[in-house]
Amino acid sequence: MRLPEPRGPITEALQSLRGVDVGLAVDQVTGAVDSHTSPLLDCDDAQLALWLLYELHYQGFDDVDPRAEWSPQVIAVRGHLERRFEAELRELTRVEVEKRLNIEEPIAERLFAMMSDDDSPRLAQYVQREITTTQLRELLVHRSVYHLKEADPHTWAVPRLRGRAKVALMEIQFDEYGAGRAGDMHSTLFAQTMTRCGLDSTYGAYVDVVPGYTLAASNAMSLFGLHRRLRGAAAGHLAAFEATSALPNRRYAAGVRRLGYGDEAARYFDEHVEADAVHEQVAVREMCGALVSDEPECEPDVLFGAATCLAIDGLAAGRLLDSWRGGRSALLRPMVELASG
Amino acid sequence: MTWRRRSPRSVTVTVCPDGPLLVRGADEVVDEAGVAHEVRRPCVALCRCGRSSLAPWCDGTHKVVTEEAAKRNW
Repeated sequence: MRLPEPRGPITEALQSLRGVDVGLAVDQVTGAVDSHTSPLLDCDDAQLALWLLYELHYQGFDDVDPRAEWSPQVIAVRGHLERRFEAELRELTRVEVEKRLNIEEPIAERLFAMMSDDDSPRLAQYVQREITTTQLRELLVHRSVYHLKEADPHTWAVPRLRGRAKVALMEIQFDEYGAGRAGDMHSTLFAQTMTRCGLDSTYGAYVDVVPGYTLAASNAMSLFGLHRRLRGAAAGHLAAFEATSALPNRRYAAGVRRLGYGDEAARYFDEHVEADAVHEQVAVREMCGALVSDEPECEPDVLFGAATCLAIDGLAAGRLLDSWRGGRSALLRPMVELASG
Repeated sequence: MTWRRRSPRSVTVTVCPDGPLLVRGADEVVDEAGVAHEVRRPCVALCRCGRSSLAPWCDGTHKVVTEEAAKRNW
């Protein structure tokens, strides 16, 4: 994968990561960030910048020196973006978190209540009943940002947890990574679905056409996973992600079959109905339950992580549906152009 | 060279309130029709609400069932 095309002054300033010199003009990047007065959550340029800085810790880029991962300038720039991004996420979820704090109820019941009260736009229903072939392929392109590295962001939290919470997280992650069978890795199953639907399943192939709100979903997970201080948020995020997955995935599978793509293409979604019905219980009750009981100071962040997952996924669902119902592409360049190259 | 048989794993069952049974350590689950279903993940969730489309496994449908029941009670 090569460094993505710049989308504005921040990612323009990050182009100096290309090549052998790991140096980066910190002031130039932070200046570009500071001149952005609108929320970073909704900024294509800032989200792409964060995404590519995080990606140095995952698969990296062919045209960036791998030592850039721990370059002090890179970490300084990332920290500058992260401080504002985290503050925005906290503000976005403040009401929801405060509503669920200090209630005499087990954390599991409060998390399940948060999810059942969530009134985000019904994306799964649309996929099941109405989505067109082009829109389904667009959805897979959006989802590929996370699903081709599925489970990786939360794996950062493993050494940051202890005891029963760590055991519960590892049980989920082992299953995510195929439970000992490479062909069953969830990221591999997703790649197969992409191929069956005529898409390029190469890691990072579509990053240049994916809007900021989709990159923000991936960035929030990386933010939570890469900071020990935010381990509660990583756990809460995973719990909400798993607990809002089984039922929607059944609808996604039905949508894929309705469009005639067949069992092989639907397998990723079928697997998630069964797997996530297990994972949600383990994540919510055992991982978050143990974490909050062993380290009560993590409780607010467990709620913060869960609320962030729901808020960002809800935002993305709304944007996708608005685009499609308005007859527009939900990508920066429509699929038709991508197909013709 | 000798082969040693591993000591049998213990099977544990955890009840989730308003949710499935979590079963760990089992090799297979036999349903009421006598059909054996192989356990292929570290932990499996068994349906308790009777409405799963993936029986004997849970598919999350209990959440819809509980919500419907809650509405009826109102």
